[in-house]
Amino acid sequence: MESARSTYLSGIRDVSPVLLGVLPFGIVAGVAAIGIGMSKTLAVMTSAIAFAGASQLAAMDLMEKGAPIVIVIATALVVNLRMAMYSASIAPHFAPLSGRWKGFLSYFLTDQGFAVSLTRYDRGIEENNKKWYYLGTATGLLGTWMLGTVIGVTLGSVVPVSWSLDFAVPLTFIALLAPAIKDRATMVSALSAGIVAPVAIALPMQTGIIAASIIGVVAGYLFECRAGS
Amino acid sequence: MKYSHLTMWGIVIAIGVGTYFIRLSFIALFGKIEPSPAIMRATRFVPSSVMAAIILPALLNGGGHGFGDGSERLIAALLAGFVAWRTRSMVATIGTGMVGLWLLKAVMSI
Repeated sequence: MESARSTYLSGIRDVSPVLLGVLPFGIVAGVAAIGIGMSKTLAVMTSAIAFAGASQLAAMDLMEKGAPIVIVIATALVVNLRMAMYSASIAPHFAPLSGRWKGFLSYFLTDQGFAVSLTRYDRGIEENNKKWYYLGTATGLLGTWMLGTVIGVTLGSVVPVSWSLDFAVPLTFIALLAPAIKDRATMVSALSAGIVAPVAIALPMQTGIIAASIIGVVAGYLFECRAGS
Repeated sequence: MKYSHLTMWGIVIAIGVGTYFIRLSFIALFGKIEPSPAIMRATRFVPSSVMAAIILPALLNGGGHGFGDGSERLIAALLAGFVAWRTRSMVATIGTGMVGLWLLKAVMSI
């Protein structure tokens, strides 16, 4: 039987290749937060409170454009809706745990932590050790994410505007889009949302991202239904 | 700055709380409410749709975060897009895009 400690450490070890991508992502989030005028404290706390990079960047982009508060929050939550899918997929593995454990573990649910943990669960792991493995991946991810943010906050305050560090934001979204396109159906969803989005930005109150995203989801879903039937 | 300091704190906390409940949702509801297969299938398309919806307007109209100030940004973004597609690496994508932009700006300012 593997000890809790060694399972926890194996979680950290298995997630470490992923951390190479998390660090620059965190740096970008920190730079962007300073760029829209957040205090250093709030910039760092944003990464701790939300712990969801893509939604943070989307929200900051809309805040800079002066979108209504409700739209900023709604867009960020739409970006994070995918986590409901992770929540449902990992739920059976956390089922034996107490409510308190479930509440604690939920905070750490991320794309990468979910993917690495489920891979390990599918390979076989003792029921008792599942939470320790997951917490190992979470430790690596949150630690790196916060480190990146702190570096970004520092850089954002000292690096001159002429370095164009703000350009790292769209680059990060480009880096996130590539792995999201996994098959023809996800390609259809990306193309549909991408074609609609430049038109949808004309919609009032910066609701364009939400509208285009919904169209992308519907298109991908319908494509998959038709392809599967 | 378009928002007060306090408003920005409020927005961040609202996003954090909302995101927490999305994360908790089916972990807490397991055994009580099962997500419908249709919803599960639909959420699979959220990442590809959202990312494309954010990137494309910025690329085409120059209206978004950072693409606006010149063709060098568009070229660097396309270069980064190619690298992202081939490598799927965050480091390589951001690195190529930033270095590409700096080089292009240097060349264009000669």
